[in-house]
Amino acid sequence: MELYNGPLNTKEIFGRWLDEEAESNYGAYIPFVGTIRAEDDIEALSFDIYEPVLQKWFDEWQEKAAALGAVVKMAHSIGDVPVHTSSYISAVFSPKRRVALELIDEFVEDFKANAPIWKYDVKNGKRIYAEDRSTPMDGAGLLN
Amino acid sequence: MIKVEFLGPIGKAPMEMEAATLADVAAKLKEESELSSWLEKCAVALNDTMVNDLTTVLKDGDRVSILPPVCGG
Repeated sequence: MELYNGPLNTKEIFGRWLDEEAESNYGAYIPFVGTIRAEDDIEALSFDIYEPVLQKWFDEWQEKAAALGAVVKMAHSIGDVPVHTSSYISAVFSPKRRVALELIDEFVEDFKANAPIWKYDVKNGKRIYAEDRSTPMDGAGLLN
Repeated sequence: MIKVEFLGPIGKAPMEMEAATLADVAAKLKEESELSSWLEKCAVALNDTMVNDLTTVLKDGDRVSILPPVCGG
């Protein structure tokens, strides 16, 4: 798992991941790129991350992937990420395509639901919590 | 004494309190008016592990994190 301040250098990261697994005998490599769209007059999105819980979440996914003979990788931005740049990339390597296709779907969806990352719209230099697009994590409401 | 920290957009300074279980933490946080709209949608971690049980026993020095709704990517 890789965290960066500001936008991701997607080409460098994807290229390096390919190099890392070049001799691993995986038959499938499926990358996902999340890019900031220009909408609602935003200048950028901005992110807070709670790394200790994110690392545990990611470690569990590594174990799940390993049980299928696969590997998951991810990188995410911290702080401001301007429109038309990327804040999140992930990838699955697996021996055959079916496992990778299914895992990237599950991994990205669970990421959206349970990775401890908070998103803000940046408008006129101000951060506004993206409350209407955010999802309560599994177990939410325990203290209510 | 345990510490409660509020992550992401909640924007509240950490609190220290005496609490034997997470239920005690819940009771104390309900007294904080600025948290009234947050608690129903926040998840909870104890020492960076997600927890789901109000009877979870706490010990001196534990750290409880309050995690509001997320949206990575």
